[in-house]
Amino acid sequence: MNVLITEYLRINLDTENYECRRCGKVLVSARENYKKGLLVYDRDPREIHKPLLDTSKYERTYSPNPQWCRILEYYCPQCGTMMEVEYVPPGHPPLHDIELDIDALKVQWKDRPEVKEVPIGPVPPRRGHHHHGHSH
Amino acid sequence: MNEPLNKKALPKEEQALLDSFLADNRLFLGPDPEVMRNHSIAPRTAREDEILKKGLDVHQVHHIRGLINAALSEAFQMVNQMGAAPGAKWGDLVTGIFTNSGDLAMIAPHGIIAFAACCFYPIKFIIKYWVDDPTVGVKDGDGFIHNDARYGGVHNTDQSMMMPLFYKGELVCWLSSTIHEGENGACEPGGMPAAAESKYDEGIKMSPFKVVENFQLKRDLVTFLQNSVRDPKLQLEDMKVKLHAVMRLRDRIVAIMDQYGKDAVMGTLRSHLEDVEVEMRRRIKELPDGTTRVNAFMDSSLRENCIQKISLALTVKGDRMILDFRGSAPQFLNRAVNTNIASFKAALATGLLQNIWPDLPHTMAVLSPIEIVSDRNSILDAEGEMPQAMSLMPLFKACVIWTIPMNKLNYSLPHRYSAVIAQQYDQAATFIYGGLTQHGDVTGNFCSDINGMGQGARSDCDGEHSISPVFGFMADSGEHEINEEDTPIIRLGAQRLAKDRIGFGKYRGGMGYEQIATMRNSNLWGFMTGCEGSMFSSAQGLFGGYSCPSYQLCKIKGINIFDELKKDPKIIDKWDMLSLMNEQPIAGGKYSTHDMGMTFELCQEGEIYMICQGSGGGYGDVLERDPQLVMKDLEEDLMSHDLARDIYKVVYDEKTLLVDEEATAALRAAYRKERIARGKPFDQFCQEWVKPEPPAALPYFGSWDNLQEIYATTAGQRIKMDSDKLQGAFMLNPKDLRIAELEAQVAALSAAKK
Repeated sequence: MNVLITEYLRINLDTENYECRRCGKVLVSARENYKKGLLVYDRDPREIHKPLLDTSKYERTYSPNPQWCRILEYYCPQCGTMMEVEYVPPGHPPLHDIELDIDALKVQWKDRPEVKEVPIGPVPPRRGHHHHGHSH
Repeated sequence: MNEPLNKKALPKEEQALLDSFLADNRLFLGPDPEVMRNHSIAPRTAREDEILKKGLDVHQVHHIRGLINAALSEAFQMVNQMGAAPGAKWGDLVTGIFTNSGDLAMIAPHGIIAFAACCFYPIKFIIKYWVDDPTVGVKDGDGFIHNDARYGGVHNTDQSMMMPLFYKGELVCWLSSTIHEGENGACEPGGMPAAAESKYDEGIKMSPFKVVENFQLKRDLVTFLQNSVRDPKLQLEDMKVKLHAVMRLRDRIVAIMDQYGKDAVMGTLRSHLEDVEVEMRRRIKELPDGTTRVNAFMDSSLRENCIQKISLALTVKGDRMILDFRGSAPQFLNRAVNTNIASFKAALATGLLQNIWPDLPHTMAVLSPIEIVSDRNSILDAEGEMPQAMSLMPLFKACVIWTIPMNKLNYSLPHRYSAVIAQQYDQAATFIYGGLTQHGDVTGNFCSDINGMGQGARSDCDGEHSISPVFGFMADSGEHEINEEDTPIIRLGAQRLAKDRIGFGKYRGGMGYEQIATMRNSNLWGFMTGCEGSMFSSAQGLFGGYSCPSYQLCKIKGINIFDELKKDPKIIDKWDMLSLMNEQPIAGGKYSTHDMGMTFELCQEGEIYMICQGSGGGYGDVLERDPQLVMKDLEEDLMSHDLARDIYKVVYDEKTLLVDEEATAALRAAYRKERIARGKPFDQFCQEWVKPEPPAALPYFGSWDNLQEIYATTAGQRIKMDSDKLQGAFMLNPKDLRIAELEAQVAALSAAKK
């Protein structure tokens, strides 16, 4: 049984491992930080948020300052999908952002049917639109 | 307060005498921590218990709830239509109803959640201190005013009218109306002074007091308030508007009680709160047990650039949820970007109801079962003496911060209550203004563009452009014509989406729009802007989506655009910020870019100030973006070709926008291989990359690798504090620092000459 954790991560409850949802690669134990199973790259933010103003004329150009802000890109080591990005000051320790109680997760999913594709949440009603039925 | 030394237990009678003496002789009824630190609903009163034990007809409860909702909505519309404050016109207001213990039960469906979520603090203060005070008292026909966020509130621009509702002699409930009024007599016009270095620079600070008796405003007190602000007309007009909206609301609630009885109304309000709390616990229990975390890095105190970390660990265990903000930046002694914890919690409630579970009823009971932990004297739990006029900075973060960790907890659920969404742009990107209008009136306020923030991308579609403010999902962005009638601000460019400023992803964030403004027909006018995110991106992406870029303030000074246009009506080809700044079409202009935090500055006629609203965060890997969506962004002129190629790796014909699917797939596959080649295994990367402390050159506030050790730079020196003994950081005057820097340059140049 797999539990979908993010767009790109799932936990295989039988093997207790994190796996890539795109290529199935077994990444690391679900009791570890999933980032340990990924590749990391320190990206200069100016490569993504490119200067939009003439850098010869201006110091501030819509790019984050690379002395203040770096982008850590996390890739699946097998398929190269970018599973997560983290914006941090240079040298800041990466965050252990998902730490689940695997034993509790197993109990919780004991009677739940497996979810293969995540549901999309309901779209809120808008003025001027009639909504028939409800996705709940 | 410290405990007195050698405290000895007194005999019971003497202790009672002492307690009574102290209670009767309080020197100052300041903000009460017992009120301000408790965000949970009060225990049932004996009356409520009696009513609920008798049992309520759920159909009748539903019916009464609908009637109350309609009444709240009507009162909201009244304020919206009649309010004089710019904020009122665009929906920065709310009307609310509270139990007789002061718990917020319901708000107007379109209203600003946080305003109402703050009002129960002053109401609880009134109940605790004024009801039994023989010099004040609370009776039918009374109305109370309040604006100081230290007694509850988002910030001191917001003024509330709170009224007790007595029915057949019994206090049944409280009613309120709140507007973002703006001007409040602070050291800068408009009510949000980033220049405030102490709470005494913040303008008028109203603790809750009675300003209405027998349903009439007390003219002596109104005059005092008018005398304390730059816009006395606004002060009077909106006090009247709020009073009459609350009185209409009162009429409606009285009519409901005439029909169904007061027990039905009291029972409905209480059961509404209790039901919401039960539903919250049920939803929390559905989540997996565990902890998810997020850091946010704010990059400005609005006077200087500095990194302030907000650290959040969100833990679920059974039906308990704990938001732990320990490790966040310490408070500033002399900067306005602190907030008290009560305001912060109100913003958290807003975030929950706007971005996480928007289908829940808008009541403070949503936060009731959640435990919130913070370091005392941190930037989000600041002492009362700290300035907090620009508390919006941490508060806007609170509106979005738990979007990311909540999505990481609830993605797995078989059932979903709302969209999986990246962070909305969270900066107050609008012009705050002040001065003399073309009609000769003194004014100070802010523009409605604050309500145009881009929403985050979702798991199934792009984010919505300039959809709403981060704090009010239904607020409008107003008509510029109305603003131009009232103020000398002229819009040269507006509502043009800020091209290329995108939170990229499989789905991109909704984009923000540009605001290009100048002034005409005033002898004295100025602008300020109060945003962070010029060094460090603010709105975060989700699951591999990028954040928004950084944003700048651009100026063209030393020109008069109206003279230029008279000389050559075609001098400006396109009113967009990038072309104006890169092409510099107006000769002789002084073109410059700055951080988006600008304290009040005078603008001469025809000088140009430009900012834009930002993009929400992106969702998912950019390489998974459907090439057709990339082409759509090009077609809509939201993006340049180099970004389509470099970021999204799409191969296509620039003229026809026909995608070469095969070549795109091949390019993307090759790029994935590049990623694998350049990425390093996590442990190896951390060994090389992680530093033991923040870079020496970076003014850094908050924890680094240990949540109990807090870094700060105070009076120019880096220090490290234990998180349970935080002191405020004292910031040097940026002008003094600049003078010292220039003096050093002069000395170096003089030495070189010799």
